[in-house]
Amino acid sequence: MARALINVPPKAKKGEIITIKTLISHEMETGYRHDNVGKPIPRNIITQFVCTYNGLEVFRADLYPAIAANPFITFNTVATATGTFEFKWTGDNGFAQTETANITVE
Amino acid sequence: MDDTATRRAFLIGATSLAGGLITVLPVSDARATPETMQAAIKKVIASAPLRKGKVTLHLPPLVENGNSVAMDVAVESPMTADNHVRAIHVFNEKNPQPNVVSIRLGPPAGQAKIATRVRLADSQRIMAIAEMSDGTFWSDEVDVIVTIAACLEDPV
Amino acid sequence: MKPPERCIFVVGALICAMTSPLLIARAAEIPLNERKSGSEFMGPDTRAMQDDDTANPGTFWVLDGEALWKRKVGAAGKSCADCHGEASESMKGVAARYPAFNAARGRPVNLDQQINICRAERQQATPLPLEAKELLALNAYVARQSRGMPIDVTIDERTQPFLEAGRATFYRRQGQLNFACAQCHDDNWKEKLAGSPITQAHPTGYPLYRLEWQNVGSLQRRLRNCISGMRVDNYPLGAPELVDLELFLMWRARGMPIETPAVRP
Repeated sequence: MARALINVPPKAKKGEIITIKTLISHEMETGYRHDNVGKPIPRNIITQFVCTYNGLEVFRADLYPAIAANPFITFNTVATATGTFEFKWTGDNGFAQTETANITVE
Repeated sequence: MDDTATRRAFLIGATSLAGGLITVLPVSDARATPETMQAAIKKVIASAPLRKGKVTLHLPPLVENGNSVAMDVAVESPMTADNHVRAIHVFNEKNPQPNVVSIRLGPPAGQAKIATRVRLADSQRIMAIAEMSDGTFWSDEVDVIVTIAACLEDPV
Repeated sequence: MKPPERCIFVVGALICAMTSPLLIARAAEIPLNERKSGSEFMGPDTRAMQDDDTANPGTFWVLDGEALWKRKVGAAGKSCADCHGEASESMKGVAARYPAFNAARGRPVNLDQQINICRAERQQATPLPLEAKELLALNAYVARQSRGMPIDVTIDERTQPFLEAGRATFYRRQGQLNFACAQCHDDNWKEKLAGSPITQAHPTGYPLYRLEWQNVGSLQRRLRNCISGMRVDNYPLGAPELVDLELFLMWRARGMPIETPAVRP
């Protein structure tokens, strides 16, 4: 399990645009490097990040090796109703991780 | 060696003079070029015209370290059901391959604004393209200068 | 210009600059009120990365350290918490005092060494390898408890000789280029080297996340990078010469606040 840090405001007003910040621990090995004896190091990256809000997809990103290690992604969404955000990262070698965060919308 | 690889080798050579003892960056044989970047862009926009505007791409003009460069993209749009940004695609010219990230959004976003951190292998042009709900494509581009850390490691 | 010629040109320029009489005469300490942390030399984006715990990859190491703090290890079956309780109380100010004199060893030890001394002697566990993720995590967690506190290493008759040894290393010309650390970090910190700003070299944020490493690393790892960059025969990790230099650098940064876990290019 990789460590992940999610920053979602715990409370928001209905209709307010909130900013969500996510950071996940992952080396994002590009597949273009060689070790110190010249052997290629195989690619190992997160390829997709999806955020759903009360079951509705609100954000999706396809990541390439050009995304830096420990991927940091910040995006916006409209606070519509109290509920749960679900964040899912998937990638090479069967990497899959899900985190959730709750929000109270008044 | 072409000029960009030479320049990178020069910077490495200037700071670690014994040469040879470097495990640094990805210098792959398969590098993106302005042509592969255009080909990757064509895959997204097909034959539609690419207009300048609506998109603001921000990267620091002088990058401290190409391993992690803060990037943000914002697109002017009301993000309503009739008028919103469907996707944002970012491309580069000189990394080993031309794609950086592809984002899918919609009206639930409220505003089309994202930030992330990217890797840049060399000084180059970065382009962000927004795909709108009416099928039009808008873009912005930035030229970035990438230096490398002055003191590198020995391998091991 | 072809690469080898450019290389010689740059080296020549550096040597001329570094050996000019004007610069040799100036080898002087930075006045205390002119000292700046490495974070002041960074761009706003990198500084923002350091200042926001949820954007700072170093936070992962601090969280790992927090878990390790509570883990029972070794023949004694003890965790750090068993002796030291809540780190936020017991470890406050600790990282700001290291390297500190260790009576049994008759010399200063740094925080990595102290953690391993505790592991071996109190927990009866094997010491952690230097630069291993677990040691960096514990160090980052302990040092994080001193964030914002002024660096305050103790210099007395016991540690003075080691401070002098570290100072001598900092000011000594060495290696193929005949450079001293002081020539960049005391005399030329307003300038740039190969496009990157030369900082004053204050170890205020270790262990830190270095963009170049895409990883968290220790002060000694960074010192070894510098030393190899100067084309000097390097010291192995854990060498007493490096600990003496750490002591000197921390003394030189006395009063500056701890920033662990910092982010640096």
